[in-house]
Amino acid sequence: MFLINCPYCGERDQQEFKAGGEAHIERPKQPTELSDDQWAEYLFMRKNIKGVQFERWNHAHGCRKWFNMARDTSNDEIKAIYKMGEKPPPQ
Amino acid sequence: MRNKYSIFSLFKNALSYHENWQRAWKDPTPKKEYDAVIIGGGGHGLATAYYLAKKHNMQNIAVVEKGWIGGGNTGRNTTIIRSNYLWDASAGLYDHALKIWEGLSQELNYNVMFSQRGVMNLAHNLQDVRDLKRRTHANRLNGIDAVYLNTQEVKKFCPIINTSQDIRYPVLGGTLQKRAGTARHDAVAWGYARGADEMGVDIIQNCEVKGIKRNGDVVEGIETTKGFIKTKKIGVVAAGHSSVIANMAGVRLPLESKPLQALVSEPVKPIIDTVVMSNAVHAYVSQSDKGELVIGAGTDDYISYSQKGSHQIVEGTLNAILELYPIFSRMRMLRQWGGIVDICPDASPILSKTSIKGLYFNCGWGTGGFKATPGSGDLFAHTIANDEPHKLNAAFNLNRFVSGDLVDEHGAAAVAH
Repeated sequence: MFLINCPYCGERDQQEFKAGGEAHIERPKQPTELSDDQWAEYLFMRKNIKGVQFERWNHAHGCRKWFNMARDTSNDEIKAIYKMGEKPPPQ
Repeated sequence: MRNKYSIFSLFKNALSYHENWQRAWKDPTPKKEYDAVIIGGGGHGLATAYYLAKKHNMQNIAVVEKGWIGGGNTGRNTTIIRSNYLWDASAGLYDHALKIWEGLSQELNYNVMFSQRGVMNLAHNLQDVRDLKRRTHANRLNGIDAVYLNTQEVKKFCPIINTSQDIRYPVLGGTLQKRAGTARHDAVAWGYARGADEMGVDIIQNCEVKGIKRNGDVVEGIETTKGFIKTKKIGVVAAGHSSVIANMAGVRLPLESKPLQALVSEPVKPIIDTVVMSNAVHAYVSQSDKGELVIGAGTDDYISYSQKGSHQIVEGTLNAILELYPIFSRMRMLRQWGGIVDICPDASPILSKTSIKGLYFNCGWGTGGFKATPGSGDLFAHTIANDEPHKLNAAFNLNRFVSGDLVDEHGAAAVAH
């Protein structure tokens, strides 16, 4: 349990948010031309990093907006919060 | 040669105030090379080493563990054993394990305190009733004992359950697997460690893996905090940290690691002589031989290796427990902890070869791996020794995420992930 600084609403309890998993996974531009391996990679394979990971969160019980977060998964420390469409902060 | 544990050895050692017991396993320094190395000294890893030595005649092997034996998720789970899974592949896998559990104490000469006290799964709405009845039929077709109980029969089997129809999620029925139950989790790790050690397996504790050395698509060895160890076969049994090892080797896995919590109460006199699980309200409870209530909570929805779960997860579980068992309302909780579980998209495990020759993964057990410990070790040892899966774990290959042939046990596994 931790506090999350929603870029739209400010600091709120993590309970209000829904974790959306790894960020910056791009939807295939030509889905019809994908091989099974490429589909598996897009749908299922994840980095699942121990350390700083970029991930998506949704303020489900607040403004309901999506945003990105850089968080250290080894101790749950939030390093940066940035909006959808923005580039991840440099490490 | 190990001394055999028996009532006579207990008596003999009592005479010397239990100060002269033989070590249960050695503390060797790693050799330069092994025929196979297992990464992870939990129940599954030690069982793998044990069956590699016993059934596949591979004695020149090592288990490397970053902490101490059984100090990871083996010591953190709620010790429930059952095999009432919906799909044929899962039923085969988990019942294989249950059959080994039934003779495990004798085989290991180590009392794993396996207790077939039954596991009851409750239904709280009409969809639960339909799902549980379907699962009961599926279990019986697969030769797994299962009965469906109505509300009165649930009450008769476990009288402390509140079966009032006025509660928020009333008990509409349940299933019972009588062969299911619990075991002593530490004893499983210690028993397998002692058995493997006796056959010549090196159990190397406080030895963390730092890298996997590959030559193209073939493994060459592992870098550890105790130096480089050369080997042609690596079995990764690292539970929540499987992805960490996979990232070292450059293998992609479909796992997400999340905190899962459990808690125990102060010890009390025997009050619940079975295991009761409820998926819909997410509460499960049993009582340990020490008298503590053992309560399992759910996972958080975010990835974390912090071994700390959120408070509201525990609160939700305890709310459900109190509604189902008002008798526990003044019980005090003694300890609470979190472990990191590696969850697959289809909530089924991976026991598989990989695209790299000599690298095998046993992971993705998610929230329910303890029950499978002996079967998982047996089948993973077969996979490593023969470089081919056993027919019971063939469905649990990594390629199922490419082919789409998933073993979807999310709701069907009778507990939410």
